[in-house]
Amino acid sequence: MTGGVVPFSWNIVTDLRTMWEFNFMRNAFEAGTIIAIVAGIIGYFVVLRRSAFATHALGHVGFSGAAGAVLFGVNPVYGLLLFTTSGATGMGLLGRRASNRDLEIGTVLAFMLGLGLLFLSLYTGYATEAYSILFGEILGISNGGVIFTLEASVVVLVVMALIYRRLLFASLDEDVAEAKGMPMLALGVTFMILLAVAISIAVQVIGVLLIFALMVTPAAVAVRLTKRPLYAAVVSVLVALTATWVGLFVQFYAQYPASFFIVSIAFAIYVAVRVGQALSAWLVHRNVPVAEPHSSADRESA
Amino acid sequence: MSGTATRPREPIDDPEIIRAEHLDVGYAGKVVWRDATFEVRRGEFVAVIGPNGAGKTTLFRLLLGLQRPMGGALTVFGATPRRGNRRIGYVPQRHTIDNETHVAADALVRLGVSGTKWGPGFSFRSEKEAAAEALEAVGATELGSKSLGALSGGELQRVFLAEALVGDPEMLLLDEPLSNLDLRRSRDLVEVIHGLVQSRHVTTLLVAHDINPLIQCLDKVIYIANGNVATGPPEAVLTSDSLTELYGVPVEVLHDSRNNIVIVGGEDIHGGESG
Repeated sequence: MTGGVVPFSWNIVTDLRTMWEFNFMRNAFEAGTIIAIVAGIIGYFVVLRRSAFATHALGHVGFSGAAGAVLFGVNPVYGLLLFTTSGATGMGLLGRRASNRDLEIGTVLAFMLGLGLLFLSLYTGYATEAYSILFGEILGISNGGVIFTLEASVVVLVVMALIYRRLLFASLDEDVAEAKGMPMLALGVTFMILLAVAISIAVQVIGVLLIFALMVTPAAVAVRLTKRPLYAAVVSVLVALTATWVGLFVQFYAQYPASFFIVSIAFAIYVAVRVGQALSAWLVHRNVPVAEPHSSADRESA
Repeated sequence: MSGTATRPREPIDDPEIIRAEHLDVGYAGKVVWRDATFEVRRGEFVAVIGPNGAGKTTLFRLLLGLQRPMGGALTVFGATPRRGNRRIGYVPQRHTIDNETHVAADALVRLGVSGTKWGPGFSFRSEKEAAAEALEAVGATELGSKSLGALSGGELQRVFLAEALVGDPEMLLLDEPLSNLDLRRSRDLVEVIHGLVQSRHVTTLLVAHDINPLIQCLDKVIYIANGNVATGPPEAVLTSDSLTELYGVPVEVLHDSRNNIVIVGGEDIHGGESG
């Protein structure tokens, strides 16, 4: 683990202090922390609303936006924002059932990826631009990038806090929420736009292809650990933070891409939780004579 | 069958909750049913019966203000129905919950009172208490901490009922709560609902496919079939003559020794299960 320029010591405090002497590492930790908080919270609703595929698709839509921005010499994050929010508004307007239509989303997704490829081939610059959009370049975040990430995140979090209970209601019990007078279309579109902004800033860390690791995996872990929505959002944030921080820390010494470590740690946490729960369920069943589960019998009649 | 429905009070004394006059209903110019005239009074337990696609859910959409009538007049609590009426508790037929929904049941029940509010609402004692009370009222206190995805069909219906009840509504609209339950669990749930009707005087309309689990406790039946609507006490509506007129084809209502009924000759056959 000492492939880096700076040797690793077992004194974590010293290590962090050394790390944070580098401006790019400070920026990476700051932006990574902000993004993990946003991604963890939005991700809970992605899991609750079964919008994982829409999330994946928005990442790809963002790819063509970012590539187009690069072509025109604009900061890729603006292209990302423009394309993902447009795509998100479209999906939101089609309604929730429509935004779960895999075939239509997949068709648009493939086209957008192709469009991004065209933009990149028209751009005569370096291939690293494409690489960092696809897989993220957290070490490349500038001071201005951190400020922009913070501003976007504050907006997302404030709106999210405002609509939290209404969105939870609309996500869990659509027809009742509608009957209670909730503006379902407006809530759906608002959530999709928040998702789009979250994706756009998260792409800096993890790239469009690995967006799942921050937007979905932490929340998928959280819903297995707690049934309370607010706690689940907190656990989701903690998992995203752990993956980001540990990933950044390890890559500083190991010199492989940060995205790889972040994705791997998120994956490892997910596997650990699933295996742990399977094991504990197995232990419980082995020790207790299995009672006839009347719930399953009841479901079969459905 | 007459005499099975016991009515402890004169319904005429109670105020009118729903009034429909020559109501025509449909979508996009296509009439689903027409010329329905009926009223529902406070504290009545009403079954809405009829074949699939007859327009039972459409009646609920009208009462909830989600859809407008094509003709005639409809008032709920003396006013034109409007969306978001807090005096109505609603359990739809369709739900977004499945066995992958890892959310505690009482969190859903709480949304019945807090789901329309702004802000994150971290922990309001009054909401928690309201949710606990509603769960207790439907005999589902022990389900509160369980995950929605782990509940059986009957347990879920109790939780939905608690969610509808939590705002202390004056009217309950329950769309097919019995549809996925076996006869025993149907009767259990009907007992819970009937208990609420009696103890809280909450006017209740329940859409059902099979009238048998309900028949003992109904005050009124709204029978929708073939574009027509018949309403009245069960012993008046559920007769061969009345249903023959409704369907427009010969229909026979048969009774077994335990007062279960079977309707033969309509578009499909209702009832049939024995008790």
